[in-house]
Amino acid sequence: MNDDRRKVLKGTTGMAVMGLAVSAGLFKPGSAWAQAWNKAAFETKNVADTVKAMGGAGAAESKEIVITSPDIAENGAVVPFTISSRLPKTESIALLVEKNPSALAASFDIPAGTEPGVTTRVKMGQTSNVTALVKADGKFYYTTKEVKVTLGGCGG
Amino acid sequence: MTDPMKIRATMSGDKVEVKVLMSHEMETGQRKDSKGAAIPAHFIQQVTATHNGKVVLSAQWGPAVSKNPFLSFKFAGGKPGEKVSITWTDNKGEKRTDEATIS
Repeated sequence: MNDDRRKVLKGTTGMAVMGLAVSAGLFKPGSAWAQAWNKAAFETKNVADTVKAMGGAGAAESKEIVITSPDIAENGAVVPFTISSRLPKTESIALLVEKNPSALAASFDIPAGTEPGVTTRVKMGQTSNVTALVKADGKFYYTTKEVKVTLGGCGG
Repeated sequence: MTDPMKIRATMSGDKVEVKVLMSHEMETGQRKDSKGAAIPAHFIQQVTATHNGKVVLSAQWGPAVSKNPFLSFKFAGGKPGEKVSITWTDNKGEKRTDEATIS
């Protein structure tokens, strides 16, 4: 598929640009410049690899991150999640579903002035641990919770 | 063709609460059709919300986000009558931008 070519281009340049921008401190919340889609992170299959791909290896567990979701989701196709962080200078919030085909479901960049909390709905293939990975003041933190799924949301 | 988003932006205390409902199939690429052929993935990859030209939230999504995605967040510095603009881009390069007025 010619789709592959574009993906490859996007993946490599995206990572390079992002790495550069972050290391040089170029990322300005005020600019309308959006980061390239982090293909490498979205393709990882397990939580440890995803965290690594996002630069969060060695993240510490934190009680300052709160995942609000049903403990038991009847319909895995639509599981509502609210993730909020009380960590000062929260920069990004990511939601990882351990047993999904790709662990990373969504990641959000939180500019200064925006409340460090987002609500969205994701699919869950089966009962799984869900991890919220938060970057705050340059460091990574996480919290995990189990969500039981009665009816899977993938494949059906 | 893409359908418009439903965006609601309301003052909640001194912050603006934004709720967005997008119209997108969010196909994972994992499913098969009745003949057993894989249905290609088609999902929103990036979402950007701006207010007065300033990005107030940007998101990167994978196919695990639910069909017709919902998103809600709050930001400071908005006033009634001002506009909030949301743009999404999917993996096929389709793009859509919609606006709402803060009330």
